[in-house]
Amino acid sequence: MTTANNAPAPVLTAKNLGIQFGGLKAVSDFNIEIGPSELLGLIGPNGAGKTTVFNMLTGVYRPTEGSFYLNGERMNGKKTHQIVDAGIARTFQNIRLFKKMSVLDNVKVAMSRELKYGLPQAIFRTPGYWREEAKITARAEELLDIVHLTGKGEMNADNLPYGQQRRLEIARALATDMKLLLLDEPAAGMNPTETEELLDIIHFIRSEFKISVLLIEHDMSLVMKICERIQVLDFGTTIASGTPAEVANNPKVIEAYLGKDDEEV
Amino acid sequence: MRKNIVPYITNLIGVLLIFAVFSLLFGLKVFGKSTLYFEGICTTACYTIVMVTSLNLIVGCMGEFSLGHAGFVSVGAYTSAIVSNSLSGKGIPDFGLFLIAILAGGIAAGIMGILVGVPALRLRGDYLAIVTVAFAEIIRVCFCNFPITGGGKTMSGILKLSSFSRSFWVMVVCVTVMYMFVRSRYGRTVKAIREDYIAAAASNINVTYYKVLTFTVAAFFAGIGGAMYAHYMTAMIPTNFNFMYSAELLSEVIIGGAGSLTGAILGASFLSSLPEVMRQFSQYRMLAYSVVLVLVMIFRPVGIFDTWEFSLTRLIRKCAGWFGAAGKTKEGK
Repeated sequence: MTTANNAPAPVLTAKNLGIQFGGLKAVSDFNIEIGPSELLGLIGPNGAGKTTVFNMLTGVYRPTEGSFYLNGERMNGKKTHQIVDAGIARTFQNIRLFKKMSVLDNVKVAMSRELKYGLPQAIFRTPGYWREEAKITARAEELLDIVHLTGKGEMNADNLPYGQQRRLEIARALATDMKLLLLDEPAAGMNPTETEELLDIIHFIRSEFKISVLLIEHDMSLVMKICERIQVLDFGTTIASGTPAEVANNPKVIEAYLGKDDEEV
Repeated sequence: MRKNIVPYITNLIGVLLIFAVFSLLFGLKVFGKSTLYFEGICTTACYTIVMVTSLNLIVGCMGEFSLGHAGFVSVGAYTSAIVSNSLSGKGIPDFGLFLIAILAGGIAAGIMGILVGVPALRLRGDYLAIVTVAFAEIIRVCFCNFPITGGGKTMSGILKLSSFSRSFWVMVVCVTVMYMFVRSRYGRTVKAIREDYIAAAASNINVTYYKVLTFTVAAFFAGIGGAMYAHYMTAMIPTNFNFMYSAELLSEVIIGGAGSLTGAILGASFLSSLPEVMRQFSQYRMLAYSVVLVLVMIFRPVGIFDTWEFSLTRLIRKCAGWFGAAGKTKEGK
């Protein structure tokens, strides 16, 4: 896992990251480097430990070995909200929206940190309160435009169709103003048209926000199409990494993963 | 989101009207000899509303059960009683003394909220409920043993500072502040934590901080409610604030609809005045509560009002729609 092809310092570096649940080593020796505005795919069969990696990178789990750095700053041991504040945002495999809240509020929640008003201003509804609220409302609406949810702001989040809920999760992650976006199976359960739309959105986000993306995905056609590099996990260890073409032809990968359903690729 | 002053003025006028109606009823002695009695019931309703709406912040907004709200209420009640007793006769006007006493009660309860919240809010659901029960019991036992609180005997001779009009206005201020809290980024954040705390943490929210903050605000207002209680009752005993009292407050929240301030207000005013109006059945009160609670759980688990809020401006707009020409209605807000 040494891709020192072009010079810029990596946004995310993980060194020998691993986690053990009791006697089970879920992930071990996980190394990764993601450069600025790079899109890296993380694939592997079910139970390979992909989501566990995400959970470690976002502070949901504490890695039991190794460490990871965001722009050179050590991140392990930090709480989830501190890691998000530093710039790693994520979406969830099983959608976790604030269901009983409006679509707009779902996005605005993620922008709370930007609001510069305190309790007194909120209670007395000072001009500062209205200004700040108006500011983030406008910003939230922009983000909803980006994920093609224009005009759905007042709906309850759980009333959105499935594909739109996934896009709302992306908008919420974008609202945290991050440098690295972790997408956990964003295309799961989407039909081909929706997947196509999602691809457009990911492309747009990358060019617009200049962020790096780490993507977990089972939809091979999507992974092969948009990822610049791919890393393959199996049983918690990295078995291959490289460009989509390299990975697709790697015998280990074919054995572990693609061998089972090669007619799909 | 535009700053619009009209709804605030409409609501203020609405509150003034309600106040005027009640003052007129009491002033003209419409109920004859029992006017004072009815005024008392309305005062009771006022402070119960403050307690129940504050509990609603925890149950409705934060989505956690607190079965120890009486603990915060009693901290507020005793602190304020001690403060007003020690300050009385120092030339402070009654109204000032009342304000100082309720603020002291609120602050003491708020501090207690932080002390309990920081360790307890790591827990969730049933576990948190049990810890809050334990807290309320500890407080009660403490008040049973402190000499300054009467040491288990009735603490009497508290100044009667809570009149109807004072309680009413304190209630209005408290409910308004809590409403503003819920409708600001704080309420939004706490609701997000209720919906999904993992996603909330992943959205840059310090979950513990916001939970403790809400808990503290709720405790503060429970303390204010308790202070009004103390200065209305003028005598109290720690067993007043037992588990049944917490359960009573909680059932008022649940029946009204967790998450709805309207529900909390109506629930509190009905359930606190009903047993007074039907004094002769008062021993069946807890029985009736449980029956009502079971019925609500079966037929309307979200509470009578769910999260629906009454809005005066919306009502006026609707009325204007019914009476006025169909043209200028769909603009407001």
